[in-house]
Amino acid sequence: MTAPAKTIARSTTRVSPWRPPLLRSLPLRLVVFAICALWTIPTLGLLVTSVRNPELISTTGWWTALFNPFAAGQWTLGNYSEVIASGGMGPAFINSLIVTVPATVIPITIAAFAAYAFAWIPFRGRGILFTIVVGLLVVPIQMSLIPVLKLYSGASLYGTFLGIWLAHTGFGLPLAIFLLYNFISQLPRDLFESAAIDGASHMQSFIRIALPLSIPALGAFAIFQFLWVWNDLLVALTFLGPSTDLRVMPTALYALLGSRGGQWQLLTAGAFVTMALPLLVFIVLQRAFVRGILAGSVKS
Amino acid sequence: MAVFPRSVKAPTSRFILPILGLVALALCVGGILVLIDHHGAENLLASIYDALGNSSGAQALRNGQGDQLIAKLVLMAVALGVGVGGIWLLFLGLGGLAGMLRPAWRDRILPWVFVGPALILLATYLLYPGIATFARSFFDSKGAFTFDNYAVMTSSDFVEILRNNVIWLIVAAGGSVILGLVFAGLFDRVRREALAKTLVFLPLAISLIGASVIWGFMYAWEPAGQPQIGLLNAAVVAAGGQAIPFFTTNPLNIMAEIVIMIWLETGFAMVVLSAAIKGVSTEIIEAARLDGANERQLFLRVIVPAIRGSIVTVTTTIAIVTLKIFDIIYVTTGGRFGDDVVANRMFHEMFQFFNDGRASALATLLFLAVLPVMYINLRNFRRQQRDL
Repeated sequence: MTAPAKTIARSTTRVSPWRPPLLRSLPLRLVVFAICALWTIPTLGLLVTSVRNPELISTTGWWTALFNPFAAGQWTLGNYSEVIASGGMGPAFINSLIVTVPATVIPITIAAFAAYAFAWIPFRGRGILFTIVVGLLVVPIQMSLIPVLKLYSGASLYGTFLGIWLAHTGFGLPLAIFLLYNFISQLPRDLFESAAIDGASHMQSFIRIALPLSIPALGAFAIFQFLWVWNDLLVALTFLGPSTDLRVMPTALYALLGSRGGQWQLLTAGAFVTMALPLLVFIVLQRAFVRGILAGSVKS
Repeated sequence: MAVFPRSVKAPTSRFILPILGLVALALCVGGILVLIDHHGAENLLASIYDALGNSSGAQALRNGQGDQLIAKLVLMAVALGVGVGGIWLLFLGLGGLAGMLRPAWRDRILPWVFVGPALILLATYLLYPGIATFARSFFDSKGAFTFDNYAVMTSSDFVEILRNNVIWLIVAAGGSVILGLVFAGLFDRVRREALAKTLVFLPLAISLIGASVIWGFMYAWEPAGQPQIGLLNAAVVAAGGQAIPFFTTNPLNIMAEIVIMIWLETGFAMVVLSAAIKGVSTEIIEAARLDGANERQLFLRVIVPAIRGSIVTVTTTIAIVTLKIFDIIYVTTGGRFGDDVVANRMFHEMFQFFNDGRASALATLLFLAVLPVMYINLRNFRRQQRDL
């Protein structure tokens, strides 16, 4: 996991070996510019529309606003205040935080303990149990929905925050254990052996050695799981149910699509509210995120 | 390295720790009760108001009015306390209990304290449900054994759904990987590589439903004669064409939805493949160049084969995501215009038609489709274990 991370860190400073110096030609630059434009314009359109006057949105294209940006009455923040207050995006934002933070911390904690045991505590059945974890990595979430829903209605966990944390925890665990195991099992054996000689219990070794050293891996998975839970629609629809009190960002945006489908000023503002936090997290922590993705998909 | 003193503790801490543990346990149980109760947060805040002497505020909260936002924030505080604190309490408490046992017993129990919670959750949320879903797919709504849930897959509307999933798999997964590979190769040769990569990578942080709204606006359609506010239809009309209702025209709508997926996933493929390309050894590249390979040959005959492993992993990862595609179809058309897919139909069978057997059969189909990937993963894992 450290190897690809280093590659990425280097990539911004080092000249790639297969880049011949004379190939920075104009056509190439134009193609790259066109690709970047193509990938940016849809989001730009959303952003521009979300701060435009609603009357203008339905009569002119959003790009016309860019040609005379100083026209009177062109811009407004009213769409945001409307969508946050009456559109329900305000409470949904708080609900999303309530769902996402524990649904990120709980699986990481549980997975870190399990990964440590799989890596450093010999016990009967360790091999077969970890093989099962690897097998569960790709099982579609759809296989779980109906039986878990049945369990939930029996245990009155349906439509509760506790229920959805546990669901996200269960579904996120295989990947979390797998990634953290890959990292923790690579830590130097000497560290744990000398700690054991000093009389440290496994609990102490885990908390004082494995955990602090695994912060890069823990952080990478945290960003991963945070984005996954924050952006999840299916699990929220299934286990939180239709109650307006329990809407999270994606279900609130879906409700907005159903009730105000034609009102682009609200849809675009609402969509941007759902995207704001993940985009911020992503931009600030891009390095760690990339590291997590590489660790999750590249076998060293 | 830190030195670990053998546990010689002051006598008071022997009492303080268990007492603190019990208090924390009580708080956690209370917190869970608040979280399970649908009006838990309001009632809790009302009790706090009562204790502070603000009985009118408490009354308003109990009637479902008043400071609802503060109640939400109280709920969030409880949620964080229980969610984050509770899980640590669980491990430290169980670890502490195991530590009190005789060493022989402790060594036998401790591993299960570490892996126990994970195993219980995996069994509850993946293993048992997977088996139950598979079994359920062979029963009808009255509980009689049947193959009907699978037999129905040969009817025309299900054949269409399966066909759509295959189209998604090929076009969305193939498109993302090929574009990601090309972008990785191109961006490697321009000065502002990091910026270009970030722009293509950025959509990965956006939810599928957010992306669907973004592209829904790109595809927006107005009847002829009205101003087109969607960029694509405005371009079509400006070029002298007729505005196209993208989402309701079959089979164009399938492609329109796949574009959303490609827009999201290409960045992922690009980042992984770009890292792989930079890992290709300089010697190989220089040798090929000395042999007179031009740039295209170099890319296709040297670089691509060298990163084959990464290409396969990226392709399977995106293929699995694509196979389960739900959100895009659910929020754009609901699958009503010949563009339905397995996961969306499964959701409707579950919540609209209440046909659990058929929904289970659809889920099982998705599972069967990922079985080869599971097999490959397990084989690679076994091989890795042997090599260690």
